[in-house]
Amino acid sequence: MSTVILLALTGLGLAALYFLVASGLSLVFGLADVLNFAHGLFLGVGAYATWWASGNLPGAGPDGFGFVLAVAFGVAAGVLVAVLVELVLIRPLYSRTIEQVLVTVGLSLAGVALLQATWGADARPFPRPGWTRQVTGILGANVPNAGLLLIVAAAVVLGALLAFLRWTRYGLVIRAGVENREMVTALGIDVRRAFTLVFAIGGAAAALAGALGGVYFGTVSPGQGGSLLIFAFIVVVIGGMGSVVGSAYAAVAVGLLQQFVNYYGPSGLGDVCVVALLAVVLLLRPQGFAGKVATA
Amino acid sequence: MDPVLTVEDLSVRIAGLHILQGVSFTVAPTGVTVLLGRNGVGKTTTLRAIVGLTPRNGEASGSIRMAGGDLLGRPTHRLVRGGLGYVPEDRDVFAGLTVAENLRLAERRGSVPAYDKVFALFPELDRRGRQRAGSLSGGQQQMLAIGRVLLNDNRLLLVDEPTKGLAPKVVTEVAEVLERVAESVPVLLVEQNLAVVRRLARDAVVLAAGRVAWAGSATELLAEAELTRSLLGVGSGDHHGTPATAGPRKDES
Repeated sequence: MSTVILLALTGLGLAALYFLVASGLSLVFGLADVLNFAHGLFLGVGAYATWWASGNLPGAGPDGFGFVLAVAFGVAAGVLVAVLVELVLIRPLYSRTIEQVLVTVGLSLAGVALLQATWGADARPFPRPGWTRQVTGILGANVPNAGLLLIVAAAVVLGALLAFLRWTRYGLVIRAGVENREMVTALGIDVRRAFTLVFAIGGAAAALAGALGGVYFGTVSPGQGGSLLIFAFIVVVIGGMGSVVGSAYAAVAVGLLQQFVNYYGPSGLGDVCVVALLAVVLLLRPQGFAGKVATA
Repeated sequence: MDPVLTVEDLSVRIAGLHILQGVSFTVAPTGVTVLLGRNGVGKTTTLRAIVGLTPRNGEASGSIRMAGGDLLGRPTHRLVRGGLGYVPEDRDVFAGLTVAENLRLAERRGSVPAYDKVFALFPELDRRGRQRAGSLSGGQQQMLAIGRVLLNDNRLLLVDEPTKGLAPKVVTEVAEVLERVAESVPVLLVEQNLAVVRRLARDAVVLAAGRVAWAGSATELLAEAELTRSLLGVGSGDHHGTPATAGPRKDES
């Protein structure tokens, strides 16, 4: 029993990580039709900026408020990079899909190379508060606190995103734009501002995933974003492009499936099962769990 | 009186097809001007070019002037804020949003939305505020599409086939509403239902083969059965059945 609980909670921790990456990816694709392969870069920037800040930023550190400050710095860096990418590289290329893919793929490769050139290819120990290395006993299972932190963070982000989409003017514009972008402009709204905003939101969530993923794995390395991005894309497709709620459901399904199958089956089978799930969803329900609606 | 809109030598190519080949016409500053023509002749393309929605794989040239300025090449949201109201074909309400949210989307900073006016025209929209727009009937969706445009002041309304796919009773309701709307703002209307055209339109512009084939008084056009038939391919009384009592047309969308 305790094994099942442990697997469920670590699976949810993984799901939280996927959700943080996938939610932004899904909104960006749903609203702006941009397949952002550079999304993993935002995660890398968040992780490295947090790591850098805890060693160099005055007041920041690996513990207590210093850690919060370091993570905030990482998230801010993620937002900054995401907004710059949108304004400088993506904006001139809207509705030119192939060029977008080339630019974002190139950017993700260049970004990883840049991180490598600056801080080396080896994984570095990630600064993290002492309590995140400990475990909490839940119904007999010793669950790592870092995983619980991820779950809480993802739940807060999910709640905040839904409230934002449901209650704010920009949330309304985004939900409408996911459904019919052209008609939003035909009501006199400059929808490109909403594009920049979803990039900023996606950058923030991905950077948070980078920082908390660093805590979870205990290390930070240049390639981390890329490997998470693959599963995040799968989550987005399974959940339905443009749907935050769909991404949340799909992230939970993928995280749990992966964790349980990898434990009870031969190692690596979990990843295969995730791809199989993707294939089944694409065959039976190509629009994903939630279709192309940014539901709040 | 000077026209509210002057289209001159408008050409639109989309994906290599030369859809409009030098279209010129004017829209009177009051009343309804109707844009007629057979299917596929470029009526919708014309409206979309005016409001800046020519697709990326297409290009528009010529000139479209409103109050002196050329509209061509300006982004859609600016044109709309400048007083061009657009009610698209197939209504295009946001199906996943509530009626109230659809309306709220049209609100603009710096101007008071005219909810009184809209709810006076369409009391139904007030009552159904919390309902999802996707679950409205076709007629109600059309009311919503017109209503959200009327929340702001417009200098010209572009209305594309507002009665398409609606039941006869609803067609009459939509026509009544447009008649009242046209008392305060000029309308450029694309409409296939000739009974509605007869009721609303003062001026008519007929497109054929990518050009303007005829322009003048709508009454005059419809009075001449022979002319109507040769331009529109229908007798003035038998388009899609007898329009005045037409059965529900199959919704093409």
